[in-house]
Amino acid sequence: MLKFVKGNLENIDNVQIYPMISLLIFFIFFVALFYWVITAKKDHIAEVSNIPLDDDSKYENDTIL
Amino acid sequence: MQTEQFYYDNQIVKKFINATIFWGLIGMSVGLLLAFMFLFPNLTDGVSWLSFGRLRPLHTNAVIFAFVGNAIFAGVYYSSQRLLKARMWSDFLSNLNFWGWQAIIAAAAITLPLGYTSSKEYAELEWPIDIAIAIIWVAFGINLIMTMVKRRQRHLYVALWFYLGTWVTVAVLHIVNSMAIPVTALKSYSMYAGVQDALVQWWYGHNAVAFFLTTPFLGLMYYFVPKAANRPVYSYRLSIVHFWSLIFIYIWAGPHHLLYTALPEWAQNLGVAFSVMLLAPSWGGMINGLLTLRGAWDKVRVDPVLKFMVVAITGYGMATFEGPMLSLKNVNAIAHFSDWIIAHVHVGALAWNGFLAFGMIYWLVPRLFKTKLYSIPLANAHFWIGTLGIIMYALPMYVAGFMQASMWNQFNPDGTLTYGNFLETVTQIIPMYWMRAIGGSLYIAGAFILLYNVVMTARKGSKVTDELAEAAPLTPVTKKQTTGEGYHTWLERRPIKLTIYATIAILIGGMVQIIPSLMVDDYVPAISSVKPYTPLELEGRDIYIREGCVSCHSQMVRPFRSEVERYGDYSKSGEFVYDYPFLWGSKRTGPDLHRVGGKYSDNWHLNHMYDPQSTSSGSIMPSYKWLVSSALDKSNTESKMRALSKLGVPYTEEEIERAQQWMDEQGAQIEQNLYSDPDFVTTYEADKKYAEENGEEFVEMKDREIVAMIAYLQRLGTDIKVENTEEASVQND
Repeated sequence: MLKFVKGNLENIDNVQIYPMISLLIFFIFFVALFYWVITAKKDHIAEVSNIPLDDDSKYENDTIL
Repeated sequence: MQTEQFYYDNQIVKKFINATIFWGLIGMSVGLLLAFMFLFPNLTDGVSWLSFGRLRPLHTNAVIFAFVGNAIFAGVYYSSQRLLKARMWSDFLSNLNFWGWQAIIAAAAITLPLGYTSSKEYAELEWPIDIAIAIIWVAFGINLIMTMVKRRQRHLYVALWFYLGTWVTVAVLHIVNSMAIPVTALKSYSMYAGVQDALVQWWYGHNAVAFFLTTPFLGLMYYFVPKAANRPVYSYRLSIVHFWSLIFIYIWAGPHHLLYTALPEWAQNLGVAFSVMLLAPSWGGMINGLLTLRGAWDKVRVDPVLKFMVVAITGYGMATFEGPMLSLKNVNAIAHFSDWIIAHVHVGALAWNGFLAFGMIYWLVPRLFKTKLYSIPLANAHFWIGTLGIIMYALPMYVAGFMQASMWNQFNPDGTLTYGNFLETVTQIIPMYWMRAIGGSLYIAGAFILLYNVVMTARKGSKVTDELAEAAPLTPVTKKQTTGEGYHTWLERRPIKLTIYATIAILIGGMVQIIPSLMVDDYVPAISSVKPYTPLELEGRDIYIREGCVSCHSQMVRPFRSEVERYGDYSKSGEFVYDYPFLWGSKRTGPDLHRVGGKYSDNWHLNHMYDPQSTSSGSIMPSYKWLVSSALDKSNTESKMRALSKLGVPYTEEEIERAQQWMDEQGAQIEQNLYSDPDFVTTYEADKKYAEENGEEFVEMKDREIVAMIAYLQRLGTDIKVENTEEASVQND
């Protein structure tokens, strides 16, 4: 009876390739991601992270207290 | 450089905030009513549209899509305009988004209590509303992306990526999961059946939590926490990693909702692995949020906005730690189907979503109305009552879940179950349900304090007006600026490309999950004894769906000794091939029903539906009286069967032609079975006589809804235990 629970998909043709492809996609994705992040310029990071605070409208940055 | 003047649209933000508070109070109040129904099951006795099964999806939908949804729109419309230094691209689309979304919520608030539901969790709404959601969502997306195209700020801040990621993913999820074949204006059947439907549904369900309750709120966190703390986010680099790894990994983790079910083993393991990985980006984000307050902790002591945000982010951290833990198979074996999950989701909803929304509202409302908050002490009171409410809600539910699951699994030395009667495990945790109801009441009381504070602030402030701003238009990027820039810097300037890449990132995971899911139906081993439902059983199943029975009863016996002992043979994937939609359920407030067929007599079921406490003393199941008196609507049976045969259920043309007669015969048989109970005969004959004497129309028992329901319940799980059924029916006779 166990065959009813297990391995429904083991019969799909070439299913072994799925985990290989997945692993590769993953590895490349994260290597690329960390490469971008590490090589990002410091002044650029500082500039972008200040976007929310860089606001000239009148009621901004008032405290509610 | 020449600057341009323009106005930020504050009116739309105000509208969405009003809607957030309005629907939030309604959604929470419905939740509280449901919490009290655990204590007083017949609180709304006999009123079908106020019954537990129908209100439960209203509660979840109202909280997720109305409360949290409107909060998302409020925050997105406020922050996007300022981050992009541009008014929303189209006022018409902004208002279409607002009114369309409210109309959808109103439609949900009407149709769900009336029993129009697809029964798929967090996707219960029927197909015309699903189409409306898709249209409004697209309008929102066009407005957002076009605002980005017309922006005056060169780089797209990380919050905006989260909004974009949310938008594309929710669109994909909603469309794939809502695929259904309509039968009537408000009834449809899912395109998928059984295992496949379960996979698609939980791919959706998991990611609805990820991309509706999490990513947009992370975007809000990355905007409003720096604003409230008046300092930039702790690490912008970390936020880049957070965004990409979160959206990339999240979408793979869906199958962890289906551990130990009839789902293929590899898919379960894949879900576990990715769920554990999710811990890294989630906690990275949480730490990034909390460390943004570096050097500002003194402000947290005095500023209620920051207090709410700190608890919200802490709640996010707790829920995202617990999520991966719950996806481990050994933990899941205990927690699944129990109140532990209720505790888990409420830490997410009450702390993360609720408190972040409250913090945002307290920050926004004074600014929109150009005044100070009416009362800081009241906001602080709200904070403390709310926090206490969360604790009072969550802790007892953890205890209840753990206790009940342990009781489900406990054996006597002789090999029998210690708590053989499911009800015994329920009555033990009633005190926890009391505490939960008190915790929920506190939380709502806090929300009403917010309402008062907001109303008073608005009254003291001046009218909300569109806000004048100035910024230089974007100039074309010169060669000089781009030399030596990193790839991501380039990408941050390009909203459309960013959207496309985000789409690819979520689709990779989505594909790996969904393609095997779409193929799986060809590979589910057919069990020759599994036959389609008879027309009457099908109608009964639709009543089961209408009444939301799936809210409290699973139909999935997991392959554990304790479950096989309690319910019967464990469920096989091949048994669900004609289940459009699947009804495995996610919570066992009552026992599993997959093997209930043949377990009790027809009379037992009738009595139980009419007055559950008469057959099971102390039961917390509400009465379903109206099933016993209402006539069964058989007018659409043939079109239902035709729709299902289009999806692959092997109903022959002769069977469809014969549907009415077939229902009549099966109904008559059940009516005859019911006559074996003398009490039934007395009442039924008396009713008949009364109707005759008074010239009222009398619906024969065989034509009532209860008979269809009994037919369905008696069929459940019997396909592969034919010999047992015969034994059972012999006993019943």
